[in-house]
Amino acid sequence: MAEVIISIAGYIALGALALSFIRMIIGPTTADRAVALDTMTIISISLIAFIASRSMKIIYLDVATVYALISFLGVIAVARYIERGI
Amino acid sequence: MNLLDIIGAIITLIGSLFLLLGSIGILRMPDVYNRMQAGTKATTLGSMLFLLGLGLSYIECGCIGRIIILILFIIFTNPISSHALARAAHHAGVKLTEKSVRDNLRDDEQKEGART
Repeated sequence: MAEVIISIAGYIALGALALSFIRMIIGPTTADRAVALDTMTIISISLIAFIASRSMKIIYLDVATVYALISFLGVIAVARYIERGI
Repeated sequence: MNLLDIIGAIITLIGSLFLLLGSIGILRMPDVYNRMQAGTKATTLGSMLFLLGLGLSYIECGCIGRIIILILFIIFTNPISSHALARAAHHAGVKLTEKSVRDNLRDDEQKEGART
């Protein structure tokens, strides 16, 4: 029962990832694409934790933490680039 | 059929629904700032609930501590990154949609420019 509900939740999160990927393709400005990429990163962190919990490997949670750190730095760098250029 | 498993699974399902709502908001909102609001607030709450539900449902793998650290990290960094993106988009001159009625940042900058 619980396994089935968690599997459905994982598929819903995968659909959310696909929807924000559409916005990243068709977004008119660079800021739209950066926002969509930020959202995709957060959903990816959730999916990495999902895989880590399903396969009982705690080391994947460290991967998710480092991914969150690097995505935060990347979004800050993109914001500085949009504001005043490299 | 443990009770904690069922509670964690339901919390995970609610979190994934918030993630889906955030993505639909990103796809349908009219301009960058509205998209940013939908894609940051809903996604922060959704990922918090998703990770908390996973940690409760798989309590036997002993990963609840790392999941709480990950949740705290997301709470601290996600509003900062969206704030930086919104400020950068406003300074780069991305237009608001036609339905918006006020722009407080532009008014404050004009006031500052008139004072100096």
